[in-house]
Amino acid sequence: MSVLPYLVAGWIFLIGVYGLVTSRNLIHAVGCLAVTQSSTYVLLLAIGYRDGGTAPVYASVPRDARVVDPVVQALTLTDVVVGATVTALLLALVIQLNKRHGTIDPDELSALKG
Amino acid sequence: MTRRGRLVLFLAAAAVVAALLAAAFVALPHFGGAHHPYGERAVRAAFAHRTANAIASVNFDQRAFDTLGEESILFAAVLGALVLLRQTAGERRRPPRPTRVSPAIRRLGVLLLPVTLLVGLYVVAHGQITPGGGFQGGVVVATALHLLYVAADYGALERLRPLSLYEIGDAAGEAAYAVTGIATVLAGSAFLANVLPWGTFGTLSSAGTVVVLNAAVGMEVACGVVVLLATFLDQALEIEKPEPRQGDGSARPGGGGG
Repeated sequence: MSVLPYLVAGWIFLIGVYGLVTSRNLIHAVGCLAVTQSSTYVLLLAIGYRDGGTAPVYASVPRDARVVDPVVQALTLTDVVVGATVTALLLALVIQLNKRHGTIDPDELSALKG
Repeated sequence: MTRRGRLVLFLAAAAVVAALLAAAFVALPHFGGAHHPYGERAVRAAFAHRTANAIASVNFDQRAFDTLGEESILFAAVLGALVLLRQTAGERRRPPRPTRVSPAIRRLGVLLLPVTLLVGLYVVAHGQITPGGGFQGGVVVATALHLLYVAADYGALERLRPLSLYEIGDAAGEAAYAVTGIATVLAGSAFLANVLPWGTFGTLSSAGTVVVLNAAVGMEVACGVVVLLATFLDQALEIEKPEPRQGDGSARPGGGGG
C-alpha cells in the first residue's frame, strides 16, 4: 500500500491537533504541538524515500549507490532543530505563566488580568 | 465555548481536513518511487564540491543561507528563554544543597564525561563525511557537561560552567556563521558561497566552507543548549518564590527547606 506512510503523517498531525484542542494542561499542550510538528518529519522522509535506498552519505558506499533524497533529509534536520528550540521557548512561557497566574490550565486563563 | 462544543467543532473540522489530506496524498508521487529530481541534482552538486555527506552539502553549501536563518531562530529562542526565565523582583536565589550520589553513578559519570565530550567533537568535525554535523554534535557536547549534574550535583556543574562564557560562545558561534558569509563576499564570491579549496573527497579536509560552518554551528548549539538548560535548571533548583508578605515582612534568605 503506497499511501500508507503519507496517511500515517496525516494521522499524527490530526491526533496532535486533537490533543491541543482537548488539553487541560499547557505542558501537555506543548507536547501535543511537538507531536503535530513531528508529522512533518514523517511526511518529508516518506516523500524522499526510494525503494532499496540507503543514506545519502558516500563515506562507505560507492558513488553510484541508490540513495534516498538528501534534500528532504536536510529539511527534516532543520525542522527538528527549530521544533526543539520552539518547544523550549514555549515551556519557558508556561513557567512564567504559572508564576503570574498560578495555573497552567488553559480554560482558567480566559480572564484578562492586569 | 464548552469543552463538548469545542470537541464537536474539532471533529467536524478534522473530518474535512482528513478528507483533503487523503485526496492530496493519493495525488503525491508514488512512495519509494525512483523519481527524485531535486535529490539527484543535490547529490551531483555535493560531488562537485567533494562533500561525501550529501545532507551536509545541502545544509551548509547549497542552502547555507537558509541555515543562517535556522541558526538565528535557535539563537533567538535561547535569548527569549533567557529573558523569560530571569530572576524576577522578589524571587530569591538559594544555593542548592549538596546531595549524595551513589558511588557507581559517580564513577560512571566521571568515566563517560570525557568520552561523550570527545564523541560530540568528533561528530562536529566529521560532519562533512559521515552522518552528523554541528547541530547533532553540539547537542552531544552539551549533554556531556550535564553528566556532571547526574554524577555529582548541581553545585559541581555550576562551578565548572561559567555561564557568561557560554553566553558569549553562543553569540560568537552565531557571529562566526555570518562573518564566514561576509568573508566569502570579500573573497569575490556570493554570500556563503563555497570559496575554500574543496580538498579530497571523503577526507577530513574536504568540502571547503562546510567544515567552517559546521564548527560555527557546533559551537552555537553546544553553548546555546547549555545556557537553555541552565535557565530551566535554575528555575527548578535555585530560584524560589517570594514569601507571601505578612506582619513584619522580614523573610530571611536561606530559611526554607527544599
